Amino acid sequence: MTLQQIKKTALVSLWFVFLTFPIMVIRVNTITQTITWRWHNMAFIALGTFFGGLLWRLALDRKPASARQAKQPEVLTEDPDVTDVKAESGIARRLGILRVKVAQKRTRRSLIALAVFSALLFPHLSSLYQTNIMITALIYVMLALGLNIVIGLGNMLHLGYIAFFAVGAYTYGLMHQYLGLGFWAALPVAAVLSTLAGILLALPVLRLRGDYLAIVTLGFAEIVRILLNNARNLTGGPAGISGIPRPSFFGMTMNLYQVSIYIYYIVLAAVVLTVFVVWRFENSRIGRALVAMGEDDIAAEAMGVDISRVKLTAFALGSLWAGIGGVIFASRTAFINPASFTVWQSIIVLSCVVLGGMGSIPGVIIGALGLILIPEYLRAFSDYRMLVFGAILVTMMVFRPGGLIQKRRRAYTFHVEEQK
Amino acid sequence: MSLILDVQDMTMDFGGLRAVNNVSISMEQNEIIALIGPNGAGKTTFFNCVTGVYTPTRGGISIQPPGGDRESIKGLKPSRITEKGLARTFQNIRLFPNMTVIENVMIGRHTQLKSGVLGAILRGPRTRAEERKVLEDSYEILKKLNLGHHVNDLARNLPYGAQRRLEIARALATEPFLLLLDEPAAGMNPQETRTLEALIRKIRDTEKVSIFLIEHDMSLVMSLSERIYVMDYGKLIAMGTPQEVKNDPEVIKAYLGEEVSA
Ligand SMILES: Nc1ncnc2c1ncn2[C@@H]1O[C@H](COP(=O)(O)OP(=O)(O)OP(=O)(O)O)[C@@H](O)[C@H]1O
Ligand SMILES: [Mg+2]
Repeated sequence: MTLQQIKKTALVSLWFVFLTFPIMVIRVNTITQTITWRWHNMAFIALGTFFGGLLWRLALDRKPASARQAKQPEVLTEDPDVTDVKAESGIARRLGILRVKVAQKRTRRSLIALAVFSALLFPHLSSLYQTNIMITALIYVMLALGLNIVIGLGNMLHLGYIAFFAVGAYTYGLMHQYLGLGFWAALPVAAVLSTLAGILLALPVLRLRGDYLAIVTLGFAEIVRILLNNARNLTGGPAGISGIPRPSFFGMTMNLYQVSIYIYYIVLAAVVLTVFVVWRFENSRIGRALVAMGEDDIAAEAMGVDISRVKLTAFALGSLWAGIGGVIFASRTAFINPASFTVWQSIIVLSCVVLGGMGSIPGVIIGALGLILIPEYLRAFSDYRMLVFGAILVTMMVFRPGGLIQKRRRAYTFHVEEQK
Repeated sequence: MSLILDVQDMTMDFGGLRAVNNVSISMEQNEIIALIGPNGAGKTTFFNCVTGVYTPTRGGISIQPPGGDRESIKGLKPSRITEKGLARTFQNIRLFPNMTVIENVMIGRHTQLKSGVLGAILRGPRTRAEERKVLEDSYEILKKLNLGHHVNDLARNLPYGAQRRLEIARALATEPFLLLLDEPAAGMNPQETRTLEALIRKIRDTEKVSIFLIEHDMSLVMSLSERIYVMDYGKLIAMGTPQEVKNDPEVIKAYLGEEVSA
């Protein structure tokens, strides 16, 4: 713990005091028109964040110290003209790492199994209320995974993602209203339409980068929302579409509880499918090209990557999941209106991706679950709910700016066997 | 006699600035040629025009791959030009910094592979075989460039010299017939430069790749290239063997002028 770290922590807590000042210190009594200054709250926050921050830093310090020691010799072998001795020891060291990796793989497998298992059991062990929250959270997981293709892999700042969610939801809503079609008929149609909408948006923005792309995508989402708002004859405008049916199960009638569990399993299956597809995609030729394009588009193009094609693919594949998520969302809430598809929603999905860890599938999943579930479970703190939530977010970004779980590049091991 | 690259009267304007002025350069198969000139002469711009980053204002660029037909590549997208067999490196290294060394090379294999999105998701036997092959091929290329021990390192963690070699590895992975190197020795120490010289020769001799290089290191240029073109202020001022160029009064003036002003 150096003086500088202490200083930094102090600065952070000062920030907190500043940010929380209007809510925690000032209390306006609107009836008597007076202001109460609760200075003691300020002291609590200052001390609390300062010591909390110090503790956190201590915890962080202790971990990497050991990791750093193990890593150091690796860097030393990076001489371009390797002598035999060095290469030899390099291989030995890599063998050691390899063993760790196998062990990691085993833990990862069991972790995945555990996660899937508990996800399967979840609705039977918890209340209806919790199942419903979980459905929302899982829909956001899907959205975040989809957006992650564009933002995490392709490094393109996309602020209009929620528009495709709206396309999916309204596809179902309208198909039901005008054609009387059900959930399972709407699902593939919505998937196709949202993919097409993704391509439609991608075409004009192929040559844009960074901020410009962000502005155009933001504008696109607003256009879609305003369109839905104003096409009263078709969409019902701000009044939205109601009475959207739940998904059917071979014509069986289900009570509210059963239907919730059913939807839960549908969205869980959709999430598993999304994870599977995204995982395979990112480790494929096109996925790699997309990542390369995100890193340096000029270099990628010089390597023969057709940038336009890759961008179109990313937008199409990303939007697809939003469309499917939208149908599930509409069937769960039974009511949709443009207010569910505002820029704010886009920002939330974006936050899921960024906080969880751009480009990392587990990171994005945990980010989305956390971002949706934490505010729900913080309801116990009533008024302070959003405050605590905000504090968690700020702390996260201060201490882990790269996201909760950072993307690890795949390591290939064939060379070890070969050189042994 | 077949010219694998033939640039005719190429001009490139940036607004009012004529960066390349009526330049004609051509080369034959298996040649090593160099383009030199003072800073800002327009060398990199010339490369950028040939590789499709810019479309030249005027002039023609045509290629004839060994055993192929003559065709114009002017105005094609960079990715198409790479597909046709021209590969390049960048003056200011442009690797994919957060990808591993082998992934960088695998991107170079992009045009040699076929699998699309659906194939990737289903991952049938053909896709799997292709993926295995691209890994093996990429690793072979890495070994050739003495980068084998770096396979899983992030590109940005490589030492400078290794980054330069990785750029060459990545370019070679596209299976070019012509390799364009923009100041490959920049920032290298004399020993690294000597290794690089041997490497470039080896690439030409064993891989049958012709080499076109831009370089400021005169000793490297003089010993490596068979012919040298000299540019100054966008114009070609001399062309010939290293000996001829060295004694050309125009060239001496251009370089002396630079030294005086420096
Ligand atoms: N995209 C561009 N827009 C405007 N001007 C440019 C652009 N690219 C290059 N130039 C200008 O063209 C001229 C030639 O630049 P170029 O980079 O080709 O020189 P160079 O010979 O490669 O120099 P160096 O040896 O320093 O690399 C310079 O005056 C440069 O400022
Ligand atoms: Mg240059």
